[in-house]
Amino acid sequence: MSVTDWTRATAAQMADALAAGEVTSVELVQAHLDRIAAVDGPVHAFLHIDAEGALETARAVDADRAAGVSLPRLAGVPIGIKDVLVTKGLPTTAGSRILEGWIPPYDATVTRRVREARMPILGKTNMDEFAMGSSTEHSGYGPTRNPWDLDRIPGGSGGGSAAALAAFEAPLTIGSDTGGSIRQPASVTATVGVKPTYGGVSRFGAIALASSLDQLGPCGRTVLDTALLHEVMGGHDEMDATSLDEPVPAVVEAALEGARMDLTGVKVGVVRELSGADGGYQAGVTQRFEESLAKLRDMGAEVVEVSCPSFEYALAAYYVILPSEASSNLAKFDSVRFGLRVEKTTVEKTMLATRAEGFGDEVKRRIILGTYALSAGYYDAYYGSAQKVRTLVQRDFDAAFERCDVLVSPTTPTTPFKIGERIDDPLAMYLNDIATIPANLAGIPGMSLPSGLAPEDGLPVGFQILAPAHEDARLYRIGAALEASLAAEWGGPLSAQAPELEVAE
Amino acid sequence: MTTMTYEQAMEEFDPVFGIEVHVELNTATKMFCGCANEFGAEPNTQVCPVCLGLPGAMPVTNQKAVESAIRLGLALGCSIRESSRFARKNYFYPDLSKDYQISQYDEPTCYEGSLDVVLDDGTVVTVAIERAHMEEDAGKNTHVGGSGGIQGADYSLVDYNRGGVPLVEIVTKPITGMGDRTAEVARAYVATIRDIVRALGISDGRMEQGSVRADVNLSLRPKAVAGESQDDVPFGKRSETKNVNSLRAIERAVRFEAGRQAALLLAGQPVVQETRHWHEDTSSTTPGRSKEEAEDYRYFPEPDLLPVEPSREWVEELRGTIPEHPAKMRARLREEWGFSDLEMRDAVAADALDLIAATVAVGTTAQAARKWWMGELSRVANDREVALTSLPVSPAAIAELQGLIDAGKINDKLARQALEGVLAGEGSPAEVVESRGLEVVSDDSALEKAVDDALASQPDVLAKIQDGKLQAAGAIVGAVMKATRGQADAGRVREIILQRAGVEG
Ligand SMILES: [Zn+2]
Repeated sequence: MSVTDWTRATAAQMADALAAGEVTSVELVQAHLDRIAAVDGPVHAFLHIDAEGALETARAVDADRAAGVSLPRLAGVPIGIKDVLVTKGLPTTAGSRILEGWIPPYDATVTRRVREARMPILGKTNMDEFAMGSSTEHSGYGPTRNPWDLDRIPGGSGGGSAAALAAFEAPLTIGSDTGGSIRQPASVTATVGVKPTYGGVSRFGAIALASSLDQLGPCGRTVLDTALLHEVMGGHDEMDATSLDEPVPAVVEAALEGARMDLTGVKVGVVRELSGADGGYQAGVTQRFEESLAKLRDMGAEVVEVSCPSFEYALAAYYVILPSEASSNLAKFDSVRFGLRVEKTTVEKTMLATRAEGFGDEVKRRIILGTYALSAGYYDAYYGSAQKVRTLVQRDFDAAFERCDVLVSPTTPTTPFKIGERIDDPLAMYLNDIATIPANLAGIPGMSLPSGLAPEDGLPVGFQILAPAHEDARLYRIGAALEASLAAEWGGPLSAQAPELEVAE
Repeated sequence: MTTMTYEQAMEEFDPVFGIEVHVELNTATKMFCGCANEFGAEPNTQVCPVCLGLPGAMPVTNQKAVESAIRLGLALGCSIRESSRFARKNYFYPDLSKDYQISQYDEPTCYEGSLDVVLDDGTVVTVAIERAHMEEDAGKNTHVGGSGGIQGADYSLVDYNRGGVPLVEIVTKPITGMGDRTAEVARAYVATIRDIVRALGISDGRMEQGSVRADVNLSLRPKAVAGESQDDVPFGKRSETKNVNSLRAIERAVRFEAGRQAALLLAGQPVVQETRHWHEDTSSTTPGRSKEEAEDYRYFPEPDLLPVEPSREWVEELRGTIPEHPAKMRARLREEWGFSDLEMRDAVAADALDLIAATVAVGTTAQAARKWWMGELSRVANDREVALTSLPVSPAAIAELQGLIDAGKINDKLARQALEGVLAGEGSPAEVVESRGLEVVSDDSALEKAVDDALASQPDVLAKIQDGKLQAAGAIVGAVMKATRGQADAGRVREIILQRAGVEG
């Protein structure tokens, strides 16, 4: 393979070239570090770069490869890690000022697996503070910008991980998805992101937002790349009691099968409530979605409409459960053992002052909401009712999956909005996640992949696929088929059409 | 404020009480992490990301602790819930690393039990148990400067070694109808719990180290008037006296609170529903937090842990490991050992039952075992101000010592010297006898010479013996024992004297 700019290659291509001796890991890492230096100023996908650590891993991998040591498939392929994952010896902030300067003394399970896979870690990617947000504007360290249009949001909370892919700063990144934080950024940056089945990837070492909804997942520019990373991350972990005790689904095999573009016998359900049937979706989003459905039909899939009536209440239930759990999970940021401490005369005042200064507005808003929802006398009305809605959402999914192998919808109702446009309107911001939230409430896996650019603004539109719990492989099969069929039409991946970024000297 | 005596209070009012006992389990590791569960280590040496509540860390339930909790529940006659949950109890305090405690709330693992408590006079009282649930302990704050309390301290130090230690909390239903025996029943109940956890081997049951701690709830209500049932008289407002950590203190706390509340009520003042602190030095209580300012713990199901779902088979298997009720076991042992009531009560009070039983088990008679443990060893323990169980001598060593006496190798006096050596760490009784040269002189020629010397120096005594006044031989025995520094077998010496005096037979 003759390549002039390795940052444009897919992770699978990089892995193959490394194995064939056509490139070294040091060259790959250096190319990406150079790219980061050139474009990350305005994009701001990264909060922390670990050039030396990444190069050190790369050198070791190159040496082992030269010595004939057998290596994992992605050994030497660089990666970016969302700052929600703790990384031993590397700063970890979860996008919050309250953790500024904290160096974790331990690795998250997924961080450990990335290291065991011998993947050089380029750095930590930007995110909304404690993963609360859909735009990365709520980062305590400044927003990330969408490489497709620097005035627009890259989605959130994992805007850094998505923008790093779209700006060719990394071939693979890790995200976390509590209500769409992997899929919605993928959608608005024309990249691929997967939220695995709840429990499919260990959460140990992922700074918790809402423990019953959070799930770590892979992000890439292609379905196959995402599958390769999924297999590195997934699998049982005895440090996470909610981790599934079952093998990682064969997602790479499914992606390869899907790329053969035969979906004969596959039944695809269009969820009426998630597809803008009642309006509210941008015209170009609907148009691209319909075209993708046509592609699926062309490949032999049967497309039917299904209805999940309780999804109407999903957003409200989500915004009770999430703040409730978050209010408890974020209590530990009390200045006593780590992170920011604003010293006052008593421990109580010190805790109050630290939290007042260290947390941003959105975090405070949700802590207040959650504290209220869990209070004596309100628990049944709020948290209790929300859990009932959650059960209803699960039942709706069960019924839909009785009829269909996968369910589909546009990932987001609109293409990316402008930075600052919704910052003062939390409800409008929350509506971004209307199509992604039900999967988190039900614990099922979901994928977003590009379905084109909206004709009216030329910005990316995402296509969401949902599968029953444990059936993550179906996402990859259908996703890879759609990707191949669209790429044939586009003459290559959509990511290649992203505008050239101005390069810093 | 005036108080009344307990007896006066009992004449005027009908007491209702309840007790919460916290039992620290002696599992090798903590409740939700792999740290060692040991008392007395250097501060913050038995900690990890989980029990320090570091960002990203997650709990995993200790199955051995679940087993201990279920066995305790079974010993208390509780039902075991097929599925029970952990919950988060949210409150900010520096010794609580996550700022929430993982406990059980609406679904405790063990519920609805009852326990027979035997009072000193043999009366049996049945106490209804509401629940026994699992939770984790908090760390320990040390306030430096000021009065030693958190208010006014110069600074405070936190030791998280105890944070995450497994606890079972046993809660009684309100106990009524005990009248003036209330204090006695309260004490006997806690003593019975302590005996049971020791018999189960799930806790060392040391109240002085806080491994069994009690909170005592008490309220008073008017005595029923003629024609009215006492059960129909509503309960009064209760106080909860926290951390009463000895059996004697439990009795005293009940007596003090009854007197305090009675005085208030008779003076027409209300009893405030509040927690109170116990002061061992003054045998009194002072107010803590009142219910009005009490915290709202915002309990909700712990999303990081799966429900506890013990199989029926496992529970039945555990049921087979429950030892007999301590009171019944005592009655049986008293019978087997032939102890008087007084001997038995003394042995129980000295915490010597297990030691005596273990000594008997290796072949010593019950009376000999009792004599050692309740005699010489109790005296030594008392001198050293340690518990009998902490003396550096095993039941096997005592059995060996008694065996040496029975075999005529040593006499009682030498045995005490040998024991002194054993306690000083010089080795087993046989080794000490050897190294200190304590064995009785059984070489007849040496004894004969000593007898001859003694007779020669006291010819008047010899004459008396030869006159048939055999009791006069005692003086010669004494002289020989003195000459041999006590190492002669007195019986044999006497035989030789009579033989030499020519009066044998
Ligand atoms: Zn620990």
